[in-house]
Amino acid sequence: MSSASSTPTGGTAGGTRRRRRGPRTWLAALPLIAFTGLCFGLPFGALLYGAVTRTDPGTGVTSLTGEHLSRSLQGPYLGSLVGSVQLSALTALIASVLGVLVAQAVVTSRSQALRNAVLTASGVLANFGGVPLAFAFIATVGISGVVTQLADLSSLGWNLYSFTGLAVVYLYFLIPLMVLVILPALDGLRPQWREAAQNAGAGGWQYWRHVGIPVLAPSLLGGFVLLFGSAFAAHATAAALVGGSVPLVTLKIADALSGNVLVGQENVALALGLDMILIAGLVMAVYLPLQRRSARWLR
Amino acid sequence: MRRTPLRGAAVLLGAAVLTTVTACGAAPEGEAGANGDGAKAATAASAKDFGGMDALVKAAKQEGALHVIALPPDWANYGELIKTFETTYGIKVESENPDAASADEIAAVKSRKGQKRAPDVLDLGIAFARSGAEEGLFAPYKVEAWDKIPAAQKDEAGRWYNDYGGYVSIGCDAKRIPNCPKTFADLLKPEYKGKVALNGNPTKSGSAFGGVYAAALANKGSFADIQPGIDFFGKLKKSGNFIPVESTPATVEKGETPISIDWDYLNAGYADQFKGKGVDWQVAVPTDGVYAQFYSQAVNKDAPHPAAARLWMEFLYSTQGQNLWLKGYARPVLLPAMTADGTADKTFVAKLPAVTGTPAFPASAELDKAKATLAEKWDKAVS
Repeated sequence: MSSASSTPTGGTAGGTRRRRRGPRTWLAALPLIAFTGLCFGLPFGALLYGAVTRTDPGTGVTSLTGEHLSRSLQGPYLGSLVGSVQLSALTALIASVLGVLVAQAVVTSRSQALRNAVLTASGVLANFGGVPLAFAFIATVGISGVVTQLADLSSLGWNLYSFTGLAVVYLYFLIPLMVLVILPALDGLRPQWREAAQNAGAGGWQYWRHVGIPVLAPSLLGGFVLLFGSAFAAHATAAALVGGSVPLVTLKIADALSGNVLVGQENVALALGLDMILIAGLVMAVYLPLQRRSARWLR
Repeated sequence: MRRTPLRGAAVLLGAAVLTTVTACGAAPEGEAGANGDGAKAATAASAKDFGGMDALVKAAKQEGALHVIALPPDWANYGELIKTFETTYGIKVESENPDAASADEIAAVKSRKGQKRAPDVLDLGIAFARSGAEEGLFAPYKVEAWDKIPAAQKDEAGRWYNDYGGYVSIGCDAKRIPNCPKTFADLLKPEYKGKVALNGNPTKSGSAFGGVYAAALANKGSFADIQPGIDFFGKLKKSGNFIPVESTPATVEKGETPISIDWDYLNAGYADQFKGKGVDWQVAVPTDGVYAQFYSQAVNKDAPHPAAARLWMEFLYSTQGQNLWLKGYARPVLLPAMTADGTADKTFVAKLPAVTGTPAFPASAELDKAKATLAEKWDKAVS
């Protein structure tokens, strides 16, 4: 991950030198800032504006209101936010653990062929989503799916169209994503550290407990945050699989924004969008201070 | 308006970006019909205002193009309707975003107000037609056949009127299901465990909403009380009969949704489509819950091609246009009148699923209430 970058942290000398270089660096970042401003800033502004205002259809007068935001935090809308957070947190956690195990297996195998194969496959699978993914699962492990029939999964209580089923589908693209982001961090664990720990009498568990995991923690958390965001924003797969039976905020937004049933709910959808941004922001806020710590170790 | 399009959140975001960008750069391009004729066309409330049908055709041909939105070619025979219109009048139909929903259509009218690429005509869910008329988005226009449209199915001022519709029906694959269900009560039988699906989520899909409304009527509910329908699906979910997956042609063909509650014109279309593919799709309009719903047609008040838009309306409500809808298993609004005067195509009428009784329609307030109740209670009932 980018945590391996060699940005100098602290140090007065470095600080002053950087400050002098400041204006020119800023100039180089201008295209990025302009792009971000246009593609994130503008929509965000429009979203914020729509979420806190209301236009009277009769008079065309626009006024400030907290009505949409308060509605977005009540009843089924609140339920969908909670549902999304639960599903995203759970799947991100499971995928983080499994992804690390797979990546660690690849690193320790030292086989270049295996590494290439896993990375390529992960790259493809991590981007496999939407309706095609949903239908792939329906055809294999749906009620009349091939595997369901062969292995008699339904007698084991398997049901694709449930919270569990949806979580499994999400893991299908989240685990490869975790493998992709965590592999470089695992590479950064130097063998010397392990040897040093062993020389000092540490066992395998002690090495991970006191050296490996603390060093990796920021990368692990970074991966988790990325997975959380990915699951949190997913929409099409869930819409095709579970409809309203697993309430998710992205489904609610689509209902209000481009549905055939609910009329005049666009502003609530925008308010829900704002809620999503706030939740994502909160999750990021936990991660950022930890990210800073990683630079010390993985330089 | 249609089969709910499934898009990633990324696309939603992209759309938001586009909307914002276009909103900023939306300098109104000079009115399409800035000349005298155009101004007249934009306010014409009937063919008479043009000086008769011939003059309307002439004005429309001069504009040369028509912008339509949200008309899937495989829905209610729209593909053939568009083609016939093009060849008959030599006017190019520019079809945009065929799978869009009603909400998208209204958004397109608002965000492209005054631009040349705004949609000319709209085919909307009834609630969107009503709210759009209240917001003053549509131009009143009465087609020649205006008087034959039943009073309950049109806006008095002519800002919108129903075009075609259908009944909630139960489609069933007779190859996989030995006894096809004929009523909502049948669906509760244990033999249908894990077999019953809706065409989408009722809080988003119009046909799924119709399914819940019809189930309410079948279970002592009414237009004012959709709760029994929600409870019915709650019960189906608990017994394991209802599966929340969205039924699509793919899931029907695969056999994953062997029983699908959907509009009868879509189900009847599946029957044709899958005949040679090992699916024997049978369609029944449930006798215990008869619910019909029509879509509504409207002309954009700021239509870039005002004459072509009005000609399109005349075409749709002509015998030819109505029969083309009928060919796609949709029931055109003039069907009763055309059956009476013998102009309805009998081969297509014979292919429609049988229905007993005449349809009733909910009042605007009842519909709004039903939707609000559904949005509030649906998730809990089926989760």
